[in-house]
Amino acid sequence: MKALGIDIGSLTTKVVVLNNGVIETSCVVDSDDEADTSAKVAVARALGQANINLNGDYYIISTGAGGKATSISQKSKAISSCLARGIYHLYSSARMGIDIGAESGIVFKINERGKLKDQASHDKCAAGTGVFVKQMAKLMQISLEDMSELSLDAKTRPEISGTCAVFAESEVISHVHRDPPTPMADIAAGIYYSIVSRLMALCKRVGIEKDVVVTGGVAQNKGLINILEQELGFKVLVPDNAQSIVALGAAIIAQEQIEKGAK
Amino acid sequence: MLFGGIDIGSRAAKVVVMKDDAIFASTIQDTGPESVKTAYMAINTALEGTGIAIEDIDYILATGYGRVLVPFAKANVSEISCHAKGINWYFPSVRLILDMGGQDCKGIACDGQGRVTSFVMNDKCAGGTGRFLEMIADVLNIPLSEIGDVALESTTAIPFNTICAVFAKTDAIKYLKQGAAKKDILAGLNEAISTRSYNLLKRVGIQKDFTITGGISKNKGMVAKAAEKVGLEPLLCEDPQLVGALGAALFARDKYNLLKTKG
Repeated sequence: MKALGIDIGSLTTKVVVLNNGVIETSCVVDSDDEADTSAKVAVARALGQANINLNGDYYIISTGAGGKATSISQKSKAISSCLARGIYHLYSSARMGIDIGAESGIVFKINERGKLKDQASHDKCAAGTGVFVKQMAKLMQISLEDMSELSLDAKTRPEISGTCAVFAESEVISHVHRDPPTPMADIAAGIYYSIVSRLMALCKRVGIEKDVVVTGGVAQNKGLINILEQELGFKVLVPDNAQSIVALGAAIIAQEQIEKGAK
Repeated sequence: MLFGGIDIGSRAAKVVVMKDDAIFASTIQDTGPESVKTAYMAINTALEGTGIAIEDIDYILATGYGRVLVPFAKANVSEISCHAKGINWYFPSVRLILDMGGQDCKGIACDGQGRVTSFVMNDKCAGGTGRFLEMIADVLNIPLSEIGDVALESTTAIPFNTICAVFAKTDAIKYLKQGAAKKDILAGLNEAISTRSYNLLKRVGIQKDFTITGGISKNKGMVAKAAEKVGLEPLLCEDPQLVGALGAALFARDKYNLLKTKG
């Protein structure tokens, strides 16, 4: 039996398959409106099937915004538990995790045994999430990658309110139309800084402790990570497949379930 | 004697000119990017065809977000004071005001003289503001002026678990795709916004009589929901969007009289 973790996010669905603790395959697909459809499509893709056919060969743990809404998993787990597990698997030195997804931001502590300790999050507001970054890039008519690169050349960080994505949009527009206009690099840095300051508030709430691991789609954004490191005062760890760590954690929990059942 | 009040809000500019304690002229216009230009356009439109020029008005007072940038105003007062003052002219019995504006929402308590006794405001989040409703009207492709009436036709409101304008917009699109009726989506949003407004009002204290001012008070669906939540039927004046400008004109009269008595 193989262990399978599915993270059904609001924008993307991630799947990781473990065979005896080793990653066998993984994939990321755009989420469908229906969580169950997202899960089935993603799993079929990961397994290289045209239509999903599990045949009782997989123990599945689902998580994410749509984790409870799928019929193909044996169990569903909280995102933060899966995250803590996934991060600890990659970095046993990790004591703190920051996850920035499309519609959420979670900061949490991990104990010496890889278990989730405290956590703080903002999930009812778009400010400080991936959607916010995407919306801002669209507004500035540049790609997410270009915005990230650009921000590294910023001379200053104009203040952009990090409390509301809608209001921040008007602020960015006024920077673009200012005479002389604020350089795009600075605006980009200002946007990242507004997100980082919200995350820092969450970090302070749970207590900052090294090592810090950053995951979620936004972790791939070098510009934002750069500013986060400046604010924290030290380097953070970003795994290569930062987007799939939650799915990895879910798969690890599934693996443990299989082992328990085997005993 | 002629007294003028100008209320430069975040989304709309309002002017009220008073003659012998009656409203003599008024206008409501969109706020443009330049406050000074907006101020001149609004007052000129209000005075059009009256045979009166700006110079003929004895005292003009400004309020609202753009109040410091009105060149022809002799003084300015916060919109919170102006709303209390303005509503008192219509209804001296009002003690509680819910002001739902373009980019913020306020709960104001006042006394029988129209003086503010306490207030709370939300200006950090676009959720539940006029800006929010504009976004939703746009998504649903219904004119802003009609969304209130459409919501009233709903019998089964769709529950929204977020007040964030960005997330609510995404959710609304999702529900539309799933085949939900526009009226039910609007009713659900009105429910969410009213709950939030009610919580704001609770912080200043619920008391009779109750009124709603600001642009959103023209939305019948929202007014009905707010009345239901608060448990009080609001007293609505002729044009609740003009209350701030009216209050400013009344303050202009008071200032003028005070200056005269002092010599």
